[in-house]
This record gives sequence, C-alpha cells and structure tokens, in this order.
Amino acid sequence: MTSSETKSARQPRVGLFATCLVDLFRPSVGFASVKLLQDAGCEVHVPVAQTCCGQPAYNTGDRADTREIAEQVIEAFEEFDFIVAPSGSCASMLKKHYPGLFEGNAAWEERSKAFSAKCHELISFLTDVMMVRDTGAELNARITYHDSCSGLRELNISEQPRKLLGNVSGLEVQEMTDSHVCCGFGGTFCVKYSDISNAIVTKKVGNIDGSGADMLLAGDLGCLMNMAGKLKRQGSDVEVRHVAEVLAGMTSQPPIAGSGK
Amino acid sequence: MELTANKFKANASKALIDAQLQKALGNVEKGFIGKRQKAADALPEFDALRDNARDIKNHTLAHLDLYLEEYERKVTAAGGHVHWAETAEDARRIVLDICRKANARTVTKGKSMITEEIALNDHLSANGIEPVETDLGEYIIQLRGEHPSHIIAPAVHLNKEQVEGDFRRVHTHLAKDRDLTEPVSLLSEAREVLRQRYFAADVGITGANFLIAETGTSVIVTNEGNGDLTQTLGKVHVVVASIEKIVPTLEDTSQILRVLARSATGQDMSVYTTFSTGPKREEDPDGPDEYHVVLLDNGRSAMLGTEYQDMLRCIRCGACMNHCPVYHAVGGHAYGSVYPGPMGAVLTPSLNGIDETGQLPNASTFCGRCEAVCPMRIPLPKMMRHWREREFERNLTPAVARYGLKAWAFFAKRPKLYRMAASLGMPLLSMFGGTSRRFHSLPFAGGWTRYRDLPAPEGRTFQQAWAQREALKQETEQ
Repeated sequence: MTSSETKSARQPRVGLFATCLVDLFRPSVGFASVKLLQDAGCEVHVPVAQTCCGQPAYNTGDRADTREIAEQVIEAFEEFDFIVAPSGSCASMLKKHYPGLFEGNAAWEERSKAFSAKCHELISFLTDVMMVRDTGAELNARITYHDSCSGLRELNISEQPRKLLGNVSGLEVQEMTDSHVCCGFGGTFCVKYSDISNAIVTKKVGNIDGSGADMLLAGDLGCLMNMAGKLKRQGSDVEVRHVAEVLAGMTSQPPIAGSGK
Repeated sequence: MELTANKFKANASKALIDAQLQKALGNVEKGFIGKRQKAADALPEFDALRDNARDIKNHTLAHLDLYLEEYERKVTAAGGHVHWAETAEDARRIVLDICRKANARTVTKGKSMITEEIALNDHLSANGIEPVETDLGEYIIQLRGEHPSHIIAPAVHLNKEQVEGDFRRVHTHLAKDRDLTEPVSLLSEAREVLRQRYFAADVGITGANFLIAETGTSVIVTNEGNGDLTQTLGKVHVVVASIEKIVPTLEDTSQILRVLARSATGQDMSVYTTFSTGPKREEDPDGPDEYHVVLLDNGRSAMLGTEYQDMLRCIRCGACMNHCPVYHAVGGHAYGSVYPGPMGAVLTPSLNGIDETGQLPNASTFCGRCEAVCPMRIPLPKMMRHWREREFERNLTPAVARYGLKAWAFFAKRPKLYRMAASLGMPLLSMFGGTSRRFHSLPFAGGWTRYRDLPAPEGRTFQQAWAQREALKQETEQ
C-alpha cells in the first residue's frame, strides 16, 4: 500500500490505469503520473489486474473480446473514487466507449456507466478536478505540444496541458502549425496502412521541425512513439517526451527513442 | 464506375507517389479548411443550427414514408411526375424512357452524385443519347473519361495545365494560338462552349440538394448557374434524387441551407439556390414543358432502423473529406468508389455490401475530425467501427490482423500471464535497444520500422517496477 494511508482519509482514492504502452515501453510516465497525482493530494493505487483498455479489439470490430476486457477493467477499478489514465485515447475508451459495449445488458450497462463517470485523462483530471494550476516543475526547454486526437475531440483536452506547461519555469511553448491534426498513428492503422500513415506523420514531423522547438510533448504514448520514431528516422534531434514527465519534473530518463540524431 | 474499393491499399500507394496529384491535394487543405472555420466563427449560432439540422433530418427519417407520399402528392398537384426507382437499374431505365419519349439526342446535366451512383452517363451514351456535363469540374472530368474525386469539387485532383491540355485536345474549333494560361480564360472557354450545348439539349437532368414535402419543390445549390440553365432551357427537366433528400418544409430547408454552404466552401450561401416546382405554368416566362422526379432508393430504405441510419442525414457538403488526413494523403480516386472520404467509407458498404468494400471503413485513423466538422453531426468513426464489426463477425478481417489480435487479446484477458510475459520480454527487448534507445528494424515489426524507428522500452515494466518499489517501501516501513 502507499504511504498515503497515513494521510487524511478524505483524500480521493485514485486507481491509476497505466495503459499497456506505458507499462511496457515507458514506465517513467507511470511514475510521473503517480507523482503528479500524489502532489495534487490523491491516494494512488495501481491495481495489478490491469493490462490494456481493449482498444485494439474494439477498433478491429471484435466486440466480444472488448467486452471481456472491459469487464475485467471495471472489476479491477470500480472501487476507486477516480480512475485516471495518462492517455487521452485510453481514458476516452474507458469514459466514452465502455457503456456502449453493454447495451441491452442492464446490470453491466449501469455498472459501466457508474465506472465511466469516474474515469479521467491525467492532465485534465489534475486541472479540472483537482484544480492544479502549477505543478512546480522547472525545465529549460523550448517545447511544442501535439494534441492527440481522442483527447482533443472526445475529451476536449487542449487548454489544460498548455496552462500547466505555461507555469513550468524556464519552459517556452512554441506552437506548431496544425498541432490539432492527426499524427497518423491510429493504433493498428499505422501498420495496416503504413504508406498512408507515413505520409501523415511526415507532414506532422515537418510541422514539429518547423516550430523551432527542441522538445515535443503530447499526452498519448502511441502518438509519441510514432512521432519520435519518425523524427529519429529523419535524423532530427528534437527530444520527445510525455507531457507528464515534464510536468512532474522527471526528465532524467533518456527521451522516447533516445536523444541525439 | 467500376468498384475498386478493395484495391484501396494499392490505389493509395500509387496516389502517394503521384507528384502532380500530391500537389493538387495541397489545395484541398488550403482551399477549404480555413474558409469553413471562418464562416463557422462568423455565425454565433452555427453549432445550434447544426443541432437543428440534425434534428430536422432525424424527424424526417423517422417519418420518411409519410413525407415521401406527401411530396409525391404535391409534385403531382403542380403538374409534375414522380417515378419510384428501387434500384440503380430502375432509375437508368426510367430516365432513358423519358429521354426517348422526348426524342432526345443530347441532354445537359447539372452536377449530381446520384447520377454518378447509377452510372447514368454510360447508360445514355450506350443508348445513343449524348450526356453533356455542365458543371465546370464535371465537364473537365467528362472530357478526360474520369470520375469525380470529390463530391463537391470533382476535378480537385487536377491542375490547370492538365485542363488546358484537355481543352486544346477537344475544342479543336477554336484558335490554336489562344491564351489559356489564366484559370479565368479556361472558365470563359468552357462557358462559351457549353452555352451552345444548353440550347441544343432536349432534356436537362439535375440532382437535388433538397426535396420539400410541403410544396413538392426540388432545390439545387450551385456556384456557376449551370444547373439553372440545364433545368430551364431543356423541354424536359428530370430531377434524379435519392429518397433521403426529403425535408418537410421550406423553413426546414432554409435552416439546413445555412449550414450547407458554410460547411462546404465557407460561403454564407452558394451563388445560386434554385427552387423548382412543377413544369412551366402559363404565366411563367420560361421553364420546362415537363417536370419529372426520379426517386432512388438503391439500398437506402434498408439502412433505416439500423446502426447506419444516421448516414442518411448526410447533405453532401464534403466537409468530412476536406478535413480527413487520409483523404489529404491519397485523394478521392484511391477509394475506388463513387463516394470517397469518410462519408463514402460509411455509405459505400451500405450501398455495395461490406464484402467488396471492407477496406474503406478500415482506412481511418479514427482521428474524429470528420465528425467534428460534419454539419449534420453524423458519427462517422462510430459507423466505420460498426462496419469493422460486421466484417469481424463474418471472418472478413484479414487473417494476419485477426490472429495478431487474438494472440494479443489472449494476454490482455489474463493479467497474470500478461505480467509474466511482459516482465520477461520487455527487459530483453530493452537490452537489444542498445545505447541508441531505438530499433531501425525488428522482425515482425516491419509495418512500423519500414518508415520509422521503434523506440526501445525502458526495461522493467511499470507494474514490475511499481511492485518492487512498493515492496521496498513496506520493508523500510516495518
């Protein structure tokens, strides 16, 4: 259990849904999320029965597997006051798409709705629910921020990360052209339609380079890995990190896909 | 046109290396997006109008049978004729019969996606009647033997040099040394050539943006005025429209008109909005002697009551494709179907069946920009996902994707096994990542590493590291 047991019983109990990509590829983002949540006054738990939110199955049309995974996530997390994920796309899956999976199954529909109402994306949870204005982080960098699609269009996340980043001392935000346009990741899309995905991410990387920033941030690891992979393939030395790492002041790990060209 | 939707991948790969096409596609992004945004921003009630427009269509679709019957009564009362066409073949036959009765040799055509859907031009040509497209874009692609690559800008895939070449090739009666370098000179030449065709035509065929039940009126919106000349100068006017074009009242029409042009081209209104009710009356100075409406179903009534019903709200503004990153990358022809882009990815499987069109609803990143700009608030990504579900149920999903997914789901549904496999696999993968922290190529990840490096994992998984940290903490606390 966390040290928060000693703290006030009125602390919100948050279940951290780390997401499979963070779990497998970038644990730093998980620890940064824990720090941000704890600093905001939450008691953070990481249930062990978590794997993935089910999006790969959902977007491939496999509803049966999606439903099974959703039931597993709901069972593991519904005891918490809030469920928070460091990803707009996974949070949106939990928040916006789970209830639709149980249409016609009254008991599960009700349960999933109660669960979904408690789900949030990390950054917007910090600003909109915990009323965080300043995370106290410092970083001397010129960053540009990419708006990942699900977070932006399904959860209206756009101003929240910019507000918090604006209060990171030493940080300068350089907006890129079309920051709100898809990076071409799209889950399995990027391997199923790799030619098209490449055309889209090439355009995106051009806009990132054009911004003059030396660091790219976003709130979704899938998009970040896609853009980082393309930047490095093109020999760019722009560093890529999840926004939570910077807001938590945890940038000692090498950036995503490494640093340098 | 021949349906090649399932060759989408190959079509797209070709499109991506077509330098001329890529240059032309830049115009879609430059030309439409900013203008729509400006028009939307300038109208405070724009989003409320979108809600209204959606509600009007939802109401209409819920009572479609009643409004269609009312519409037929009103058209008939105004002296017009309504023809019901269940299939594309029925519609082609009906139009051909009307043309034959009018002894037509040439027919002029206003811009109409429905006549593309039923492949009317080929049918008329095969039966000795020459169709002449009068919308500039449609005229150009007719000269080239192509199909529209965009539902409101059919020749958006071309540049002006290509058009100049076509005009010089076809308009051989004009001076060879004429100057066609400016776009306006191309427009003037097309206008002059087409003017003669209007007068010579026996029948004018148009589509309809709306069919109004309370008045029996068909409405077209154009920017060139070609539709008006088409429908007033011929002896016979034939409207070919699909059944979901119905709206109950004139007031409803004006509500939806306020979102149509703004969403399409960023105009407040199109240059021409023309209302036609029946044939020429005695007191009218002009108009056709006969007025026919061919009402096409072609699979639409089967969409009612299904998860695809919302698609019938579509008013064909093109905003979804104008904002689609996939459309921007490959253009409209790659879709290999009459309707390209996100709206086509939902509608085409409804009209042609998912077996032949499964690529289309899969070729989306689900970025959601199409839904965000749709004036009728059609949940396009959701419906594309429903098509993927229909595919999956019927084992149409490609085997590699299917088995890959099943293997992943096996672990995703077994947290213990997942943790064990991940805690063994990821540190190993991390080690192979070396000092660069990325992979240039990796077996089984070719789809990814063909175009981009794969970031190496950090090492231990988050869950592994978290468990160790918590255990350590407990030890020190004890």
